[in-house]
Amino acid sequence: MVQMEYYLIVSTVMMFVGIYGFLTRRNLLAMLISVELILNSVDINFVVFNRFLFPGQLEGFFFSLFAIGISAAETAVAIAIIINIYRNMKNIQVRNLDKMKW
Amino acid sequence: MEYTTLILLLPFLGFILLGLLGTRLRPGVAGAIGTIVTGVVAILCYWTAFEYFGAGRDASGVYPVMIPWNTVWLPFGGSLHIDLGIMLDPISVMMLIVISTVSLMVHIYSFGYMKGERGFQRYYSFLSLFTMSMLGLVLATNIFQMYIFWELVGVSSYLLIGFYYTRKEAVAASKKAFIVTRFADLGFLIGILIYGFYTGSFSFTPDAPLMGTAKMLLPVALGLMFIGGAGKSAMFPLHIWLPDAMEGPTPVSALIHAATMVVAGVYLVARMFPLFIGYAPEVLHITAYVGAFTALYAAVVACVQSDIKRVLAFSTISQIGFMIVALGVCTSSDPHEGGLGYMASMFHLFTHAMFKALLFLGAGCIIHAVHSNEMSAMGGLRKYMPVTHITFLVACLSIAGIWPLSGFFSKDEILAACFNFSPWMGWVMTAIAGLTAFYMFRLYYCIFWGKENTELHTEHRPHEAPLSMTLPLVFLAAVTLVAGWIPFGEFVSSNGQAYHIHIDWTVAGTSLCVAALGIAIATWMYLREDRTVADGLADRFSGLHKAAYHRFYIDEIYQFITHKIIFACISTPIAWFDRHIVDGFMNLLAIVTNKVSWAIRQMQSGYIQRYSIWFLGGALGLAIILLLV
Amino acid sequence: MNITLDLIVFAVLALFIVVSSILAVTTKRILRAATYLLFVLFGTAGIYFQLNYSFLGAVQLLIYAGGITVLYVFSILLTSSEGDQAEKLKKGKFIAGLAATLAALGICLFVMLKHKFLSPVFEHGELPVREIGHALMSAEKYGYVLPFEVISVLLLACIIGGIMIARKR
Repeated sequence: MVQMEYYLIVSTVMMFVGIYGFLTRRNLLAMLISVELILNSVDINFVVFNRFLFPGQLEGFFFSLFAIGISAAETAVAIAIIINIYRNMKNIQVRNLDKMKW
Repeated sequence: MEYTTLILLLPFLGFILLGLLGTRLRPGVAGAIGTIVTGVVAILCYWTAFEYFGAGRDASGVYPVMIPWNTVWLPFGGSLHIDLGIMLDPISVMMLIVISTVSLMVHIYSFGYMKGERGFQRYYSFLSLFTMSMLGLVLATNIFQMYIFWELVGVSSYLLIGFYYTRKEAVAASKKAFIVTRFADLGFLIGILIYGFYTGSFSFTPDAPLMGTAKMLLPVALGLMFIGGAGKSAMFPLHIWLPDAMEGPTPVSALIHAATMVVAGVYLVARMFPLFIGYAPEVLHITAYVGAFTALYAAVVACVQSDIKRVLAFSTISQIGFMIVALGVCTSSDPHEGGLGYMASMFHLFTHAMFKALLFLGAGCIIHAVHSNEMSAMGGLRKYMPVTHITFLVACLSIAGIWPLSGFFSKDEILAACFNFSPWMGWVMTAIAGLTAFYMFRLYYCIFWGKENTELHTEHRPHEAPLSMTLPLVFLAAVTLVAGWIPFGEFVSSNGQAYHIHIDWTVAGTSLCVAALGIAIATWMYLREDRTVADGLADRFSGLHKAAYHRFYIDEIYQFITHKIIFACISTPIAWFDRHIVDGFMNLLAIVTNKVSWAIRQMQSGYIQRYSIWFLGGALGLAIILLLV
Repeated sequence: MNITLDLIVFAVLALFIVVSSILAVTTKRILRAATYLLFVLFGTAGIYFQLNYSFLGAVQLLIYAGGITVLYVFSILLTSSEGDQAEKLKKGKFIAGLAATLAALGICLFVMLKHKFLSPVFEHGELPVREIGHALMSAEKYGYVLPFEVISVLLLACIIGGIMIARKR
């Protein structure tokens, strides 16, 4: 059997890779992909904790299940917004999205 | 007698109504509303007077002071409170009659005089406001209420002087009137505050005899109040606003600047008379000297003015000087023992209001006819305007003090009171009375006789004024004719007891002779078509003539003091300090804030990644802190 | 430490996930990034399978890999333009992002590895789908009918919202 920490290391690395992508990518869709990575790593954590620490219960399992559903919803709305931005500005570089500052 | 509140409410409602509806009313309708309201008020005033004096004297032989309505408005703690109410006593009832009569006459007269003027409705609404404030002033139950209405009167005077607000002179005159009287009112206000603080009451008569500090400071308070009165009543040297106030419409001059508002100062002194006599007779005598000097000064200036309204304005100043003198020469409150002046002053106030209003309204008719204020445009008008001529003559005779017109009786009482005080004062006042006769008849002859300005008159033929204007003239002339026979002392006297007026024929004879002399000189100098004597005298004493014509340069002195000394030496540096130091400091604060804000604003880049890296950094920092602790 | 089949499978999966995720955020082409994301999701599903949560792995494959990734691909195709290649980063920003990320990663790993968890117990055995279905529809304790319904409403709202936002005006 595999040690719990190994799973956690993988998820943590995935999380920070996602954060790195969120900080450095200039394309809105790429940023969204990074967010998906972050979400995914959290899902893994929930599942792993549930499996290893609270084997008789299902909280982590269901949390991941719902998180997947919610991330689907979030992606749908985010992509709708991005398409709208593209329609208005003809590109989706985050650098150009400072119209609404101040 | 609760209906007396209507005396104040009706004109106020009239003012609101006319002011709010404004030009939505037809001019005639607005005028009719104003006139009807004033008419009702006049009837109420007459009825009040009838009922008040009809109720008779009480056991001690005086007409009791009645307060039909009173409410505590601002309690200050202790005995000090400001009331609003209505007080009836002989002088306030007498003033009610004067104000309502003259106001009604002016309302009627204005129908003709102001016909076709722009702002006719505004004019009537201001007249209503003035009537209300003036009536409130005389009906006040305490000195503070009086002050409130006093200022209201000042405002309405300002509004009416500046009625032709498109004319620069009128605007300047209204400002001048307001500022000068307001300046004087500062004294009044301080006086009131001292009075209220030390006596613990704003009422006209303190309940208990004053002691200690109150007694010591009362003369100061009364003196300061007199400054306010001097401002309103155009006493020297605060008289400078009144001649300029003639820029207003002539009926306004008749109502405000001849008959009612300018006697407010006299009324104030009369109102405070018991205190003056009881605690500050020396202040009272100072007012007498101020009044006497003013009377002399104004009479001299009036002799050489060429604008007929100016002549009348200076004559008004002079006559108010007479009233103040009469009050000032009182030495006791017993009319038989040196308190005669009080009655004389009030009597003169009453008669003067009638004949001076008549003079102004007559002048208004003349101006209406020739479209000029200057004597040079007149001359020989008697054949064009008979009614105006006769009524004007009646008024001139009355102000000159010719028996049996009303002015004779009141002026005779004043002179008698002056002779009681000191022969010196008596003779001076008699001489001024002679001057009065001279300048009034100079005015009369220059308008109605003498050389006609045919050039002007053929171009625009003078005509008699319409009925709405002549009717008030006739009415006022009739009052002037008979008012002298009113047993005035029966109603008003310094101690409230009935005083039977008896004419001291040595004084009366002297004053009659002097008046006749003045008239004779005026006749000799001005009745003829050529004015050789007058012109010769003017040449001979050209310095004096010029100085008098320029009112002895009092206005210029004021101009110099205000502009050269106060503005240049005090106000300008202060203004500089305000603009550069105070404002500069504030501007500096604003600029610094602005700059800092700009710097901070740069951090709000709007770039989400920049925010998130800061967020991550913050979280990181917090985590490190938590780990280390 | 025994090298078991489990461990080998995990090692392969872990390597696959880590490499794919790093590539997903560093590749220049956005479409490739989406593809790498798909790989990461596959790997994650593999981990779920390994943990005996087959249902969750299936859901992951269905929704994430099947649904969301397709959505990404379509939106990438819809919005592709000149700027779809990653722009050159300024060096400073790149370093700042990298440094912050690495530091945070270090702290997280440090905390995680130092932490004493409850004693892990691994129970083999598949979670029956019947049990999942009962829990999902149960209103009792440890029943999830309310979140289930809330999620359904949320999804409905997202459908409507997505249409509203993206439609042509």
